[in-house]
Amino acid sequence: MIEEIVSLKMPMDEQFVVSKNRLGAKNGIEGKKRISIVTGTHGDELNGQYVCYRLIEKLKESPQYLKGIVDVYPAINPLGIEAGSRGIPMFDLDMNRVFPGSESGAMAEHIAYKITQDIIGSDMCIDVHSSNIFIKEVPQVRLSPENFDELLPYAKLLNSDIIWALAKGAYLESSLANSLNMFGVPSLVVEMGAGSRITRSYCDQILGGIFRLMSELGIWTGPITDVKESIVARKGDVAAVHVDRAGLFILDIEAPGIDVVKGQPIGKVVSPLTGEILEEITAPKNGYLLTLRSHPVVYKGAIVARVCKENQE
Amino acid sequence: MREINLYTLEGVYRQNFTIKGYEFGQEDAVVSACIVGSLRGNEYQQTYICSQIIKTLTRLEDHGQITGNKKIMVIPCLNQYAMNIDKRFWPFDDSDINRKFPGVSNGDTTQQIASEILKALKGYTYGIQLTSFYMPGKFVPHVRMMETGYQNTSLANLFGLPFVVIRRPKPMDTTTLNYNWQMNATSAFSIYTNCTDYIDDASARQAEAAILRFLTRMGLIKYNNHSGYIAEIINEDDLTPVLSSNAGFYKRLVEPGQQVFHEDVIGEVISPYSGETIEQIKSPTEGLIFFAHTAPTVTEDAVVYRIIRRLHE
Repeated sequence: MIEEIVSLKMPMDEQFVVSKNRLGAKNGIEGKKRISIVTGTHGDELNGQYVCYRLIEKLKESPQYLKGIVDVYPAINPLGIEAGSRGIPMFDLDMNRVFPGSESGAMAEHIAYKITQDIIGSDMCIDVHSSNIFIKEVPQVRLSPENFDELLPYAKLLNSDIIWALAKGAYLESSLANSLNMFGVPSLVVEMGAGSRITRSYCDQILGGIFRLMSELGIWTGPITDVKESIVARKGDVAAVHVDRAGLFILDIEAPGIDVVKGQPIGKVVSPLTGEILEEITAPKNGYLLTLRSHPVVYKGAIVARVCKENQE
Repeated sequence: MREINLYTLEGVYRQNFTIKGYEFGQEDAVVSACIVGSLRGNEYQQTYICSQIIKTLTRLEDHGQITGNKKIMVIPCLNQYAMNIDKRFWPFDDSDINRKFPGVSNGDTTQQIASEILKALKGYTYGIQLTSFYMPGKFVPHVRMMETGYQNTSLANLFGLPFVVIRRPKPMDTTTLNYNWQMNATSAFSIYTNCTDYIDDASARQAEAAILRFLTRMGLIKYNNHSGYIAEIINEDDLTPVLSSNAGFYKRLVEPGQQVFHEDVIGEVISPYSGETIEQIKSPTEGLIFFAHTAPTVTEDAVVYRIIRRLHE
């Protein structure tokens, strides 16, 4: 059943609408567990769109296995997705910095409030993100240090390559996932692929994890696949590689998701004007390459790779 | 006056990105006050005000009116890459430098820029930032401070502007220059004039006068100017928001600084197709208009005014 969570008039004969699709409520919701799948916070992150489509398609194919409620919110920043812009187009505002919002606040805060209130009550929330257009990420679950131990068992079910405890940073505080965790809804942030693209293999991998998690919660009783054992990255395990020179970054490695050894070439910064190699970039340590540059123009400080020490827990 | 290159970033297809500061006072004097202009590319008014301050300070220095043991720095533009191509944020990745503080010295490009800026601004006793708000609108000129525990409203009063606003920091504020400047023991003030992306000479002169007044009162320059106002201290949370309940063309009927009474009609929403007035926005209280929405259109649930309750001219 498709419901409108937020509906606001726009100036020129158009309604701004944030919709969700509720599945599994046909015979009532009493006593049923509920999972919320949220995506489209950043308009340039599209992998979540494919996850939503495939998830709903599979649930509709086999409704007999659905024993709980699945709420799918494919686009909580619909204008951003339509405009191909990361933030909310009218304000250039990052939607993931305004949660939990405010009932009487301005438009963005009001929307954030309505979404938060609608999700509260869920037994679990998965917030699906992609990277931006500059870097590509392997499927990963990112957790805040405050909730790491509590959420790790759930994160391990999501079939990601890596589970990463982010450093405590202020920017996390006003994110959707952090706000929901504060309101008692266990929430996991999934990050995968690059911006403005869909990497179907990554989406299918995480989708397998979502079904595994739903099975664990008693929401899904249908077939599930085995999930991979994720690398668990704690503080200091992930090393970011930045360039020092500005220029064109040429990759020596095709995609992230491989093991690298210290000193292995990752790419080089070159000058398209002089034909010189300005900087050679190598792996800083042995480990798993979880991030790789996808946009070839770089300025000093641009991130081109991340390598995680492998430490199976 | 000395022109100092505070930071340089190597360009790829453009000339190097450089942040320039203009320093007044003896070279070996104590760093005392720093005035910062645009961190965003559309903050033309803020850069313009700095240029006017530089002009005045140059004249004062020529006449020996900078106090002997004090140094004043003015940095008119910290994002000329964006300003030169009419973008608000860092053009390459659309990130807001004023949401990157305290920065990361080995982080991504804008994190490095923020880190270098904060390093250059450390040690100043007084920090004055000319800045803008994310919503389109006009304010009464005011000084804004974050409630960090280090804020000093008595000092803010010395600008002689009509209002001092204290803002309880939200998580998104903790990544701004103002907040981080204060956390680095600088008394930091944000000055809001009534516009951003165009130049309003009268308002610019008022801001320039306020800053020169402050510098005079802190003993940094010898200058005669009007005493200004004894400011009204306001907590931002106490401002009454007025929201539109319709969408369409928007007609603003009162201006910032104007007194209104309960039930006064202060705005109109007009149907974009029929031209009929579909909503009369009435003041929910008596008081002074602090903020007014200025865009030609309005969405439902937009904050069109903020009113200082029960304050009279």
